[in-house]
Amino acid sequence: MTKQDSLAAERRRKTIMSVVLAAICIIYVLPVLSVVINSFKVNTFVKTDTFALPTGEMWAGFSNFIKGMTFGNYPFWKSVAFSALITVASTALILLFTSMAAWYIARVNSFSCKLIYYLCVFSMVVPFQMVMFTLSKTADSLHLNTPWTIPIVYLGFGAGLSIFMFVGFVKSIPLEIEEAASIDGCGPVRTYFSVVFPMLKPTMISVGILEIMWIWNDYLLPYLVLDINEYRTIPIHIQYLKGSYGTVDLGATMALILLSIIPVIIFYLICQKHIIKGVAAGAVKG
Amino acid sequence: MKGIFKNPLRRWFWLFLGPVTAAFAIGFVWPFFQGIYLSFCKFKLVRNAKFIGLGNYTAALKDPTFMHAFWYTALFALTSLLLINILGFAAAYVLTQGVKGSNLYRTVFFMPNLIGGIVLGYIWSMIFDGILSRYGTSILMETKYGFWGLIILMCWQQIGYMMIIYIAGLQSVPEDMLEAAKIDGATRWQTLFRVTIPNVMPSITICTFLSLTNGFKLFDQNLALTGGLPFIIQPDGSNIKTTEMLALNIYNTFYNSNSASKGVAQAKAVLFFILVAGIGLAQLAYTRKREVQQ
Repeated sequence: MTKQDSLAAERRRKTIMSVVLAAICIIYVLPVLSVVINSFKVNTFVKTDTFALPTGEMWAGFSNFIKGMTFGNYPFWKSVAFSALITVASTALILLFTSMAAWYIARVNSFSCKLIYYLCVFSMVVPFQMVMFTLSKTADSLHLNTPWTIPIVYLGFGAGLSIFMFVGFVKSIPLEIEEAASIDGCGPVRTYFSVVFPMLKPTMISVGILEIMWIWNDYLLPYLVLDINEYRTIPIHIQYLKGSYGTVDLGATMALILLSIIPVIIFYLICQKHIIKGVAAGAVKG
Repeated sequence: MKGIFKNPLRRWFWLFLGPVTAAFAIGFVWPFFQGIYLSFCKFKLVRNAKFIGLGNYTAALKDPTFMHAFWYTALFALTSLLLINILGFAAAYVLTQGVKGSNLYRTVFFMPNLIGGIVLGYIWSMIFDGILSRYGTSILMETKYGFWGLIILMCWQQIGYMMIIYIAGLQSVPEDMLEAAKIDGATRWQTLFRVTIPNVMPSITICTFLSLTNGFKLFDQNLALTGGLPFIIQPDGSNIKTTEMLALNIYNTFYNSNSASKGVAQAKAVLFFILVAGIGLAQLAYTRKREVQQ
């Protein structure tokens, strides 16, 4: 085989790979596309003509979206607001307090620190079903069952992974920087907030993204802890569209699903690099 | 120096460690130990729990729905483990060969991970029913549809995730090793199996355990896609939901059936925890051993 032949073969191979990849790519996007198509389709055609474009009598315009807004006897915008509130508040709480705790654990070598650290690592392998009943009862009796207080439950149940990741990172920061700060007269609190905290930024982003992805999509924990007649998050709202027995309006359901994944996809496209990095970091450590 | 630095920090214990410790006690430690205690009790409300020893555990192990869920989950976890890892590795391998537009493909393949399990379940149940309704059936009618439907859903969601980890692994394979293999006249397949795969073993270990625990812990997708249906009626009148996995079985024992079975449900949850934690510890032991060898 001459060199030119092998180059041509290489090029052909790459072309074939590109075609195959493009085909898989299209198949990959199809489920999302079918949501888009069906959200504009009259309900009765969703089941019979799932993969047809919504043309002619099938076209429903925006009526599915309008109907979806009050579907399931609960306004959709409220679910979105509660989801956003819970996700943002919980993530902020987790980032602030677990990073502080991790710094303390990494810098102070005491029995209680080790105990908390190993309990945190241990909590990472405990599935939610193990604690779901007792956790929801505990949260109930402490009145943590509102969107404003559920971040405390998330801080408790989600502390494991973030403490683990932060401690790993803090241990790689040389102690000399903090010692210099303390010689310059910084107390521990100021050392933490003006010296250590800024250095934790890369891990903050990774942990933050993992927590956002988890809490935004979480179904069972808020379902069991919150009073769902009053407070629903998006996953609970969507589950209840089908859970309410009787005929399900698939068109309106798809409209709501579309509305709920649009912010996620925008978030993904903006922070894609960080998300992929964060996920890889979380997986390697967890 | 260290002594001077550390002492002032210790005084701030309550500020730095206090909030997490309190929340962790509420959100994990107390529920965990209370859960273990309650698994040995008969109770309707936590207040009037009565200690009955191992009764709940024998009841759980005798429960045919639990045993069915266990084997079904194990079969599901192993099948999805194989498919997701083979396809995820293949995708990562192809995308690290310098194909044009690999960034776009990576973006698309990873995208389903951002969508939550409940939403995914409803998207796919619409798609499967759209296909199956042409043949006059539905995903809720047959166990095998539910099984393979969930496998397809999980592949769609997780291949991109595993691909990201494999790409990181593949990029750390030393370039000169691949070069040397090429100069020595190794074919593409020989290079793949003799050089590349041994070098990405750490990634393979991580992904294997990750997809195994993901498979065992699966709940949202299972609930939204089939909810455990269809069910078969046992000779004694009880019924087994044939596509119900372990996590959903525990949930249903807690909240759907008679309230007297909460103790049994908690015992199931403890057994489930031992199973999942066992897999996690096996992974830890395995990676530790490898690290020592290297």
